[in-house]
Amino acid sequence: MSNQTPHVGLFIPCYVDQFYPNVGIASLELLEKLGCKVSYPQSQTCCGQPLANSGYERDTIGSSEHFIKTFGDFDYVVAPSGSCIMHVKEHFPPEFHDQNSYKELQGKVYELTEFITDVLKAEIKGKFPHRIGYHSSCHGLRGLRLGASTELNISPFNKAKQLLQGLDGLDWVELTRKDECCGFGGTFAVSEEALSVQMGKDRLADHLEKNVEILTGGDMSCIMHLQGISSRNKQPLKFMHIAEILNQAIQ
Amino acid sequence: MSHPSKAAEFLKDQAKSHWHDETLWFVRDKRDKISKSIPEWENLRTLASGLKDYVLNNLDSLLLDFEANAKKNGIHVHWAVDAEEHNQIVHSILEKHDCKAIVKSKSILTEECHLNPYLEKRGIEVVDTDLGERIVQFLQQPPSHIVLPAIHLKKADISKIFHEKLQTEKGNEDPTYLTHAARLHLREKFLKAKVAITGVNFGVAETGEFVVCTNEGNADMGVHLADVHIACMGIEKIIPRRKDLGVFLRLLARSATGQPITNYNSHFRSPEPGKEIHIVLLDNGRTRQLARDKFKNSLKCIRCGACMNTCPIYRRSGGYSYGSTVPGPIGSILSPGIDVKKYSTLPFASTLCGSCSDVCPVKINIHEQLYEWRQEITKANPDLAKGMSMKMASGIFTSPLAYKISGSLMRKSLKALPKSIIYNPLNVWGKERDLPNPPKESFKEWYKKNRP
Repeated sequence: MSNQTPHVGLFIPCYVDQFYPNVGIASLELLEKLGCKVSYPQSQTCCGQPLANSGYERDTIGSSEHFIKTFGDFDYVVAPSGSCIMHVKEHFPPEFHDQNSYKELQGKVYELTEFITDVLKAEIKGKFPHRIGYHSSCHGLRGLRLGASTELNISPFNKAKQLLQGLDGLDWVELTRKDECCGFGGTFAVSEEALSVQMGKDRLADHLEKNVEILTGGDMSCIMHLQGISSRNKQPLKFMHIAEILNQAIQ
Repeated sequence: MSHPSKAAEFLKDQAKSHWHDETLWFVRDKRDKISKSIPEWENLRTLASGLKDYVLNNLDSLLLDFEANAKKNGIHVHWAVDAEEHNQIVHSILEKHDCKAIVKSKSILTEECHLNPYLEKRGIEVVDTDLGERIVQFLQQPPSHIVLPAIHLKKADISKIFHEKLQTEKGNEDPTYLTHAARLHLREKFLKAKVAITGVNFGVAETGEFVVCTNEGNADMGVHLADVHIACMGIEKIIPRRKDLGVFLRLLARSATGQPITNYNSHFRSPEPGKEIHIVLLDNGRTRQLARDKFKNSLKCIRCGACMNTCPIYRRSGGYSYGSTVPGPIGSILSPGIDVKKYSTLPFASTLCGSCSDVCPVKINIHEQLYEWRQEITKANPDLAKGMSMKMASGIFTSPLAYKISGSLMRKSLKALPKSIIYNPLNVWGKERDLPNPPKESFKEWYKKNRP
């Protein structure tokens, strides 16, 4: 990082903006506490992922152009979502692949935890005396490689764990299936409703069996799905985005 | 029927679908443990993937080498452009030898060609000799998994089938007892068959030999007792050199079942005096797939089944929910290449979690191809309603103003509407999930006030 304070463009996924403003606030405050200059460009829209994953990538030219225009001038673009960042990095339509503006963008978009561990190289000191179960969202894990997936024979690492384990009193729970998908999957959640719900129930069971108090993760979309099932079944679990934990705990 | 409805059907028996999930997870877990005992595992995957790249880029010349060398070894080589021709070739060999009963070891390729019904219609008894395949054959079902054909059945089911078909004791579920009964039954069939059919795991271009891998030794038993061996092989099963087997055989069994090696890796090079070996090389759409740049990597598959064992969808929906010869993630990228309309729901039967790609021993980018097939399917098979709503959404995403309006409308309606309307039967999300509590204000509204 250069000596000048980098200017971070905060990218808040549309459903976070609409349903989970606290996650946006926590991300903003956390980055500010870590010494960043952060702006939230108010003209931002959804990145187009729901369309692209439904097979309509070709209809996202408009939203992709808009994204590049909105965020092109920042030093970094950071979002509290692995899934949306992966979309921006990998799934803009082919028309953009040779454009310098897109290539530059690809090099400076980060998911929140990787931005803290890899760019800011910051350790977060604080206290969070709770029993935490971490949901490794797939796009962050296997798309952005925010951790070592269990399929691969590589040295274990996990950027979120690295940050959370610095917090005093935090009790990290090892799950039986460390990185199984929760079944959200965007439109999959409604097009394959029965499977989606079953997958969510199975994930929740893994956390409940280990007496997890707070289920956290890096993607609100997965958490929205899990929380929806858990709340319907009146399960004793709390849900927080990792940004909320870090922002609450940081001293 | 589409994948979602068949999956929902499978999930109705909660206890059984849970058992199915756990059983396959056990295999995936075994694979994880053994793959981590090989320090060079990831290098092996890279090597295997590179070798397969070479094969796909030089398939024409490698196949000709293979044919020439096999002929030198005294093997008859046949070429089949599609399933029909493949079946005709096999049948003509059987006719020539006046053969009315054959034994066949596991070959997903012959499933793909529907060889069994083709031969049965022509008065030939076909006996599948892989235990799992024999079990599903008794039920007149196709395999539900390419490595574990009867994985959807429990011991009690098998006991019942064997009681009916092999007159075993009613209710005796002891695996040793049941396997022994199967051995006696199959032995009779082995002794009777003049022709044995096998699949092929690897065809070696350099030597003209081929390798068949089984755990039960049933391929060898069939072939050694018969006068004629017919090996049915997809053209993508070629490898350049014999020494390349050192890469593939190490990966195959570990990925498939978590074993260090398949029990029998049998090399066939030339017929015994007085006997015959035939190889039928099948295209059946493979060259078409090879011409599709985004999808040709799917032809690297060595049929280990690891992507099925790891797939959270496959584990909970069963092999039959896919309705294709090869189920699971790899089936979902192969099948649309055969019939894009018939298999249009398969690439959507995934959360794009990517576990299949990470587990694949030849590094096929399966989940990326699922994504790419979605792009093709919406063009080839436009579901109008879906297309329309997505188009509307596209308008919303491109205009920040419209997005803001619709967003705040959504939050307001969530608050104002009674639960009965939000959770009406049309609201699929809300059937078994609560919606988030709508906040007072969006992040954007908060930001305007707090960071003016």
